[in-house]
Amino acid sequence: MGASQCSQTHPQKYKQYEDFADRTGFSLEQINNLHKRFRQLSDNTETISRENLENIPALANNPLRKQIIGAFFDKRNQHEEEVGSIQEIGFQQFLMVMSHFRPPGLKMTEEEKEAMRKEKLRFLFNMHDTDNDGTITVDEYRKVVEELMSNNDIGQEAAKAIADAAMLEVASINMPHMGPDDFYEGITFEHFEQILKGLEMESRMNVRFLDVDTSTMRCGKGK
Amino acid sequence: MPSKTVSRSPAGGFIHTLHERGLLVLLVLLVLQGTVLPLGAASSPDHTTHQKPLDSHGEAGRGHDNITYIKKSFPVLGIDYHHIRLPFEISLWVLLASLMKLGFHLIPRLSGIVPESCLLIVVGLLVGGLIKLAGEQVPPVLDSNLFFLCLLPPIILDAGYFLPIRPFMENLGTILVFAVVGTLWNTFFIGGLLYAVSLIQPGNPSDLNRLELLPCLLFGSIISAVDPVAVLAVFEEIHINELLHILVFGESLLNDAVTVVLYHLFVEFAAAGTVTFLDVVLGVICFLVVAIGGVLVGAIYGILAAFTSRFTSHTRVIEPLFVFVYSYMAYLSAEMFHLSGIMALIACGATMRPYVEANISHKSHTTIKYFLKMWSSVSETLIFIFLGVATVDGPHSWNWTFVTVTVLLCLVARVIGVVGLTFMINNFRIVKLTTKDQFIIAYGGLRGAIAFSLGFLLDPVLFPNRKMFLTAIITVVFFTVFVQGMTIKPLVELLAVKKKQEAKRSINEEIHTQFLDHLLTGIEDICGHYGHHHWKDKLNRFNKKYVKKCLIAGERSKEPQLIAFYHKMEMKQAIELVESGGGVKMPHAHAMPSAVSMQNIQPKKPPPPVVVPPPERALPQLSKGREEEIRKILRSNLMRTRLRLRSYNRHTLIADPYEDGLGDLLLKKQKMIDLEKKITEMNNYLTVPASSPDSPTITRARLSSDTDFKADQTQKEDIFCPDPQAYSSKAMSGSVPTIYVDPASPQSPDSVNVTDEFRRAGQHEERGLMMKPPSEGRRDDKEGEKEGGRDQQKLVRCLSDPGPSADEDEDEPFLP
Repeated sequence: MGASQCSQTHPQKYKQYEDFADRTGFSLEQINNLHKRFRQLSDNTETISRENLENIPALANNPLRKQIIGAFFDKRNQHEEEVGSIQEIGFQQFLMVMSHFRPPGLKMTEEEKEAMRKEKLRFLFNMHDTDNDGTITVDEYRKVVEELMSNNDIGQEAAKAIADAAMLEVASINMPHMGPDDFYEGITFEHFEQILKGLEMESRMNVRFLDVDTSTMRCGKGK
Repeated sequence: MPSKTVSRSPAGGFIHTLHERGLLVLLVLLVLQGTVLPLGAASSPDHTTHQKPLDSHGEAGRGHDNITYIKKSFPVLGIDYHHIRLPFEISLWVLLASLMKLGFHLIPRLSGIVPESCLLIVVGLLVGGLIKLAGEQVPPVLDSNLFFLCLLPPIILDAGYFLPIRPFMENLGTILVFAVVGTLWNTFFIGGLLYAVSLIQPGNPSDLNRLELLPCLLFGSIISAVDPVAVLAVFEEIHINELLHILVFGESLLNDAVTVVLYHLFVEFAAAGTVTFLDVVLGVICFLVVAIGGVLVGAIYGILAAFTSRFTSHTRVIEPLFVFVYSYMAYLSAEMFHLSGIMALIACGATMRPYVEANISHKSHTTIKYFLKMWSSVSETLIFIFLGVATVDGPHSWNWTFVTVTVLLCLVARVIGVVGLTFMINNFRIVKLTTKDQFIIAYGGLRGAIAFSLGFLLDPVLFPNRKMFLTAIITVVFFTVFVQGMTIKPLVELLAVKKKQEAKRSINEEIHTQFLDHLLTGIEDICGHYGHHHWKDKLNRFNKKYVKKCLIAGERSKEPQLIAFYHKMEMKQAIELVESGGGVKMPHAHAMPSAVSMQNIQPKKPPPPVVVPPPERALPQLSKGREEEIRKILRSNLMRTRLRLRSYNRHTLIADPYEDGLGDLLLKKQKMIDLEKKITEMNNYLTVPASSPDSPTITRARLSSDTDFKADQTQKEDIFCPDPQAYSSKAMSGSVPTIYVDPASPQSPDSVNVTDEFRRAGQHEERGLMMKPPSEGRRDDKEGEKEGGRDQQKLVRCLSDPGPSADEDEDEPFLP
């Protein structure tokens, strides 16, 4: 309920928010807004399951739906040294995943930007690296491209060809001196960083999180 | 007709005769020059050679023309300069402009310090001075008609057609704020303060004290608009990052609407003398009409052009013309209603491009690109030269106070405007503008020839201060172009502003751009907040579902972007193969050192059990002789394709290698590659698992690097047989992966040139990529070793065709 998040009336909740804010870098208003959305998605329960997300109507047309939803339930995106997937996520986990899409701040130093870029790239990498072995193999990459084009009825052949070309490009950029017998196992994270250098992830992989919240929604509603 | 060449009539007397004939000449000129000649109608009728009794005689009359003259001996040689004067002079100007551009790049050190625009203005000053010294009257070169109808459209069309749409749309809000609010602010700030200055009464009254408010504001509106031509000229040389470039450049394009409205408004008010509240309201409405109307006119013509290009598959030769003519019509139509012609052109170019590009042939695309670049660069050069000439010519009225105050106010207004607006905008931007960015945006606000032409248009009767205005405008233009234009490059270096990424888009980046689009849309949907990714996605869907079907012919309408990208890449490689000489044995044929090939990335799974071994496998190893034979056959096949493609057809372009022969070529190559692979497999089938035949590109796209080839060579010689054609073509272009294509950039696939490739190779190294391009000296060695004459030749050929992209060859025009 909207009223339950009101900071004045619920000091405990407020404290928790501050804790989240420290961890994720979101502002309190943003967290508040996201929590509202979380409640909405989870039908006012404490956790979100895959079904909850799959039921979002706007997602229905997204070719990457499965992967996006999968990323929310991936332990690797929680900044803890764990792997595997979770069945249901709480608000904290939800926030953690969302924090990957924060825009860079105006006063960030170069190092902070670099860290942010790495973090964002790692998120993408994890989305591709489904079996979590540290490399994106050809098969995994092919799957990515296939998913990407699943909305257009393009044959698998085309997707495969594109993924192969891309893979070849990675290999040739990163390992130019391969003998005919050598085998390029797959894209490591370092190589992944290398090939996406030009995309400037830190300024690109952003979503606008609403942070201006009307005061009526914050305190007035439930009193 | 023989009579046409004989022109013995005296020049003066026929101007009033045969007007259709003059019109015809004018029309021819129009087609030839692609421009309307404003002065043409007046002087070109000199062309008429004989005095026909009456126009109605027509064909019959012509035969008897000669008898109407008094018999005199047939002149073997005669001079009739008037006959050709106008086109001749135009050609001279164009030639001068082109030669200057050429000469400018011949002095590399100079181009490092002084921007081209400055030098061109200096040249213009010199030329103007010479004309004046010769006692001739300086032609009114920067006449407003000439400028707005001939010189400006090519530049704007070039900018609009190759507008980077993605960054433009992503920053549209910021650009609009700068363009509209910023220009308004500048106008009123400069105009108002100038009026305030004119109110200060010094002891001796001057021109300045007779200024009224409206002329001041008018002057402010003229002087405050950032000029796209000047901005392009300077920004293309400093290679600033995409965001800043699009912000400043976008502003310079979009503020045209504001300038047009303010200009007409103030001219109108100045004539009427009074301003009512209603006038102001009408002015605001007028602004909306001008801006939106301009965009609409442009979009309509753009869609028309796209629709037309749907049906041009049988007359490929005139395809490019549609793009030009429709755009020019859009510009003229918009100008006709006093709408913003610049916005119409931009809208037209940007609307038609994706559809037209899908419809037209690859060659037409190249043609469009070259023509646009050629026209725009000549126009730009001419504009700057004319600016110099006009400075010498112009009636000046130098007023120290007015000029200094104007220059100062321009600077101050710009800085305050940018800082203030950025402070506002940053609240809404995801990626904030830093102080450095603000500085560059403020500093990049160059004024240019548009302001001058607008000032030139002023009615001297209504505006007695016209001369003073013109002088001030010229001073401001010179100040921004010279001082700011020359210092902006060192400042960019000093501040370490992020530069443009030089490398072309790789396929991985393309994949991830699309991946990100969908990912961010998905995340926005999960957040429940519909941001711009969401709407962009909706728009894309709509575009794919309806618009593309109407405007793009055939199967290509269903092609998703990634596939299109991939096809372009494939096409480029095929063309490279053809151009690099196809089957001809290259000197580097043996230098196929290490190659990353498909086999390297194939998963090392055991081949599926059902795989039927290819029949050749059962055979004993091929003998060297047989292998050579196969190779020879392959080679000659490719040769033949290439030879056939050389045949030339003026009208149909059917024998176009890049079009219809391509499929054939691809097929042949596929076959060849399959065979090749089999041969290779036969030689080392123990080491390489059978791989399914891949798409041609993949297999072909072996990327070679010849740095360590000597070491590897011996070892590899027995495994890899010398690769005759397909692969060796890559060796020529160094170790650069050939799959760099950027569909969004003006550079089309085929214009990649060797210089560029080498330079890029160098950058790769800097950026820490593992690929080692052959070093300069090393390459020379090699060329010497292996009868490098041919290679050299190719190099020269490639260099002579450096592609139209303006920033391509700026840095190192003479690499090898």
